[in-house]
Amino acid sequence: MQRYFKTIRLFWSTAFASQLEYQLNFLIELLAMLGTLLGSIFILSLFFTGGRQLGDWTWESALVIQGVYTFLDGLTNAILRPNLTEIVNYVREGTLDYVLLKPIDSQFWLSVKKFSFAGLPEIILGLSIVFWAAIQSASTFSIYSLFVFIISLLIGFIILYSVWFLIAASSIWFVKTWNATEVLRALLAAGRYPISAYPVILRFIFTLVLPIAFLTTFPAEAILGELKFNILFFGLILSSLFFIFSRLFWKFALKHYTSASS
Amino acid sequence: MHTNPSDLIVVDQLSKYYRVANKQPGFKGTVKHFFDRKTYDVSAVTDISFKIAPGEIVGFLGANGAGKTTLLKMMCGLIHPSTGLVDVGGYSPQRRQTAFLKEITLVMGQKQQLIWDLPPMDSLYVNAAVYGLSDHEAKVRINELAEMLELGEELTRPVRKLSLGQRMKSEILAALLHKPSVLFLDEPTLGLDVNAQARVRSFLSEYNKRTGATILLTSHYMADITALCPRVICIHKGKLFYDGDLDSLANSLSPSREVKVELKDPCASEQFEKYGEIQDLNDRFVCLLVSRDKLTDVVSNLLTDFNIIDLEISDPPIDQLIGELFIKGEVN
Repeated sequence: MQRYFKTIRLFWSTAFASQLEYQLNFLIELLAMLGTLLGSIFILSLFFTGGRQLGDWTWESALVIQGVYTFLDGLTNAILRPNLTEIVNYVREGTLDYVLLKPIDSQFWLSVKKFSFAGLPEIILGLSIVFWAAIQSASTFSIYSLFVFIISLLIGFIILYSVWFLIAASSIWFVKTWNATEVLRALLAAGRYPISAYPVILRFIFTLVLPIAFLTTFPAEAILGELKFNILFFGLILSSLFFIFSRLFWKFALKHYTSASS
Repeated sequence: MHTNPSDLIVVDQLSKYYRVANKQPGFKGTVKHFFDRKTYDVSAVTDISFKIAPGEIVGFLGANGAGKTTLLKMMCGLIHPSTGLVDVGGYSPQRRQTAFLKEITLVMGQKQQLIWDLPPMDSLYVNAAVYGLSDHEAKVRINELAEMLELGEELTRPVRKLSLGQRMKSEILAALLHKPSVLFLDEPTLGLDVNAQARVRSFLSEYNKRTGATILLTSHYMADITALCPRVICIHKGKLFYDGDLDSLANSLSPSREVKVELKDPCASEQFEKYGEIQDLNDRFVCLLVSRDKLTDVVSNLLTDFNIIDLEISDPPIDQLIGELFIKGEVN
């Protein structure tokens, strides 16, 4: 376990060093990040001026959802996108062979090798919004709701990660980057609004089929002290299943890779 | 089968088939391919058996597509065998257990594992962490290997700014950090110039002597094989067709030797026909191919019959022999 922590530390410090290696590129990335940030803030400002309700949500509580969304988007930019879109290159260039011969879990390696620091400001902004809005909405903010919030955020992230990893792992067969990134970002973007803002049929789909509700709505409900315990329980089981399935699928994909590659 | 404890690697009746489907060109072919797919097995490696003792350096020879890489990848656990058995140091490679992975390493000449934008040193410490080496152990090990490989400040320069030779040496350093006892090298000198090739070769030979590591390598450069490998395994069309030392391979491939003669006066070609097969003749130089059993007679006859300035006897070059062999295609 300690070996894994040390490995992550070195992975991320080398990732940081790689990003600094190209000064101009780093500046451009900083600018792009600033742009994303301004975009997020602009959309947020619409909430402040609109004053209308989304579903049954007041604007403060809808703002919490925006915050969760911004946080997850930052996490996506920091970890998921840099790592998972790279898997196809490992397969195409055959460097996956090197990863497979390392005495370390290959899914771990492929999932955390890189870290893009451009995602950090969004992560910080997202969390700030969540806490500010949660306190504003003057609901019962407590250690307990914070704890449930962290758990439900974890559930959301694991589900998002697992779905993305499943799609990325399929590149073992296709050896082509099909634009999975865009599909997933659209999926995540659907979570910008409370799940109750959607028609009933979509609500059902977003909870059970494509569990978008778990990404943003439920964590937001958690910090507002409104999340029902059975949903949290269901989320724990669902995210575990997703994660286990992603591991099994990876094992299956590798079996195919190692029996077909040359 | 019984395994002898003195064998490190045992490969027994190993085969690998790939299932492929053929598609006829054009739209009609595509439709047919979709609904009625005809698959058949293509064999990459067929029924290969051999044993390797600890500390051996073994070269794998074969034309492109002969099955060398497939064989190597089955031994390091990247490809599952279709049938047969591979055993490396008591492990089944395809299970890729941690203890096994810590004992082996793979270097591929055409693929790199170092981080392109950073100096090799950064990648080395990442590898050290992955293998669970402490910073101190890693440092000692890097210094030791860097000295053997004659690498110095190259290790702190971005990989993209290194020459191919420096990069390859750094790749080798990264692959040997965890003191593996079995080295799988797939074309480790690919694309290097003659000097860099020679340096990699002398390093491998020294590493083998110092650590007693077992080295298995494939190479297109015959010089690598002749310099490093007392034993060669030749693969042809997925089948093993020779396993033994390099010298006897030369003998079995060519029962004749080359006799080069420099004459005082020019002679006509007909005069040499009775001695052996004429390989080359111009003016005062003659090159004859003479079978080994007649060699002494032919040479003494030549010396009495002609006025000879210089005479040289040699084996035909091994790479030429093997090249001809693979071109000939069918081997008995």
